[in-house]
Amino acid sequence: MHLDHSHDGPAAVSADARRADGSRRALRIGLGGPVGSGKTATVAALCRALREELSLAVVTNDIYTREDAEFLLREAVLPPERITAVETGACPHTAIRDDISANLEAVEDLEDEVGPLDLILVESGGDNLTATFSKGLVDAQIFVIDVAGGDDIPRKGGPGVTTADLLVVNKTDLAPYVGSDLGRMAADAKAQRAELPVVFQSLRSEPGVSDVAAWVRTRLAAWTA
Amino acid sequence: MSRAALLVLADGRFPAGGHAHSGGAEAAVKAGRVTGAASLEDFCRGRLHTAGRVAAALAAAAVLGVDPVELDAAADARTPSPALRTAARKLGRQLTRAARATWPSDELDALAREFPKGAHQPVVLGLTARAAGLGAVDAAYCAAYESVSGPASATVRLLSLDPFEATGVLARLAPELDRVADRAVEDARCVVDEGADALPAASAPLLEIGAEVHAGWGVRLFAS
Ligand SMILES: Nc1nc2c(ncn2[C@@H]2O[C@H](COP(=O)(O)OP(=O)(O)O)[C@@H](O)[C@H]2O)c(=O)[nH]1
Ligand SMILES: [Mg+2]
Repeated sequence: MHLDHSHDGPAAVSADARRADGSRRALRIGLGGPVGSGKTATVAALCRALREELSLAVVTNDIYTREDAEFLLREAVLPPERITAVETGACPHTAIRDDISANLEAVEDLEDEVGPLDLILVESGGDNLTATFSKGLVDAQIFVIDVAGGDDIPRKGGPGVTTADLLVVNKTDLAPYVGSDLGRMAADAKAQRAELPVVFQSLRSEPGVSDVAAWVRTRLAAWTA
Repeated sequence: MSRAALLVLADGRFPAGGHAHSGGAEAAVKAGRVTGAASLEDFCRGRLHTAGRVAAALAAAAVLGVDPVELDAAADARTPSPALRTAARKLGRQLTRAARATWPSDELDALAREFPKGAHQPVVLGLTARAAGLGAVDAAYCAAYESVSGPASATVRLLSLDPFEATGVLARLAPELDRVADRAVEDARCVVDEGADALPAASAPLLEIGAEVHAGWGVRLFAS
């Protein structure tokens, strides 16, 4: 018995950048953050922004329904065969971090069935501020919070806010109504994240998701370089 | 052989997808058949002596070197519910992945090639135990224990059952688990001599029916 990875056949470890046939697999980007912050809305907007230029697919991790997947289907952001829902047994953070098997199966099936794919977006079921994606599942992660959840969230930090490759502060259109101080949120985020990027966006007005879409394009260019 | 490998494999945190499945507990809770620790114990006892017993014998037979393709067909024949077959294969596929990353072996590679969408989980469990250098009785223990630990931890989440009570249920079932595991190894030895027909075929119709009903729900917490 030996514990190296010298075995042939389909890749045993799914972080491998190559698929069983030697081709490069799709870039996988995770979207995490509290329930209701705008993950599904951001996924939908990204699909609309990128679907003409990229071959993409989405995996949702609903907590107890298929609601996110069904929203995306209803909005027809992608053809139905490009959207898969994973069930998480009441533990959304487990499915993206501690036991990623069902999500890995979903991304591999999508690549097999509708590939080749450039990009797969994996939306977390939504959880608390400590939930982050395993590096075995995604190549980069976006943490989505919103201004209505309280403008002290960036100051509180936590693994999502502090370490995500991109922090998105969503629903800036609501800031005046909920009394959130965007300047303070930006300063706190900067203090927590140093050089890591932060995007403030409102999906209710122009330019919508375009900063996040530009960040995704940059990641993809680096992945395929 | 390292005995400690058994702890790695039997650990509920072993990342093979089990956390998303309730082993029929979600359907039983909704139907009012599991309402607390006492009825959870009844449920688990029933599952242990039916699905658990069959799974333990399948896993033990796989460790003893019985052809996994033959065992997989036997598992299919002992699983009337299509939803349960799908769940068993899904879990088998997820375990295959975790096992190959954890205990790389040519047999597991061959299994992945033979069953790209997954073989029945107990068969994979047996081959995993084999790759980990464990014996038939170890695999039988894992399968039997999983048949009750899955529903117990799911019920903690579904009913907000006191976790100490749920663990107490598992502890009280321990002597029966010993017997099921021992018997599974005897069954598996018969399979080596007589073929897969010697496997037990104990079944729990309500588990099968519950799984079919559960698969049709629009709103649920667990995949099965
Ligand atoms: N006002 C406003 N509402 C938004 C924005 N983005 C999303 N929403 C709304 O917020 C609610 C929750 O969004 P959703 O994407 O489902 O959140 P998720 O739980 O993080 O996936 C929905 O009603 C969205 O329409 C935004 O930028 N501004
Ligand atoms: Mg959502």
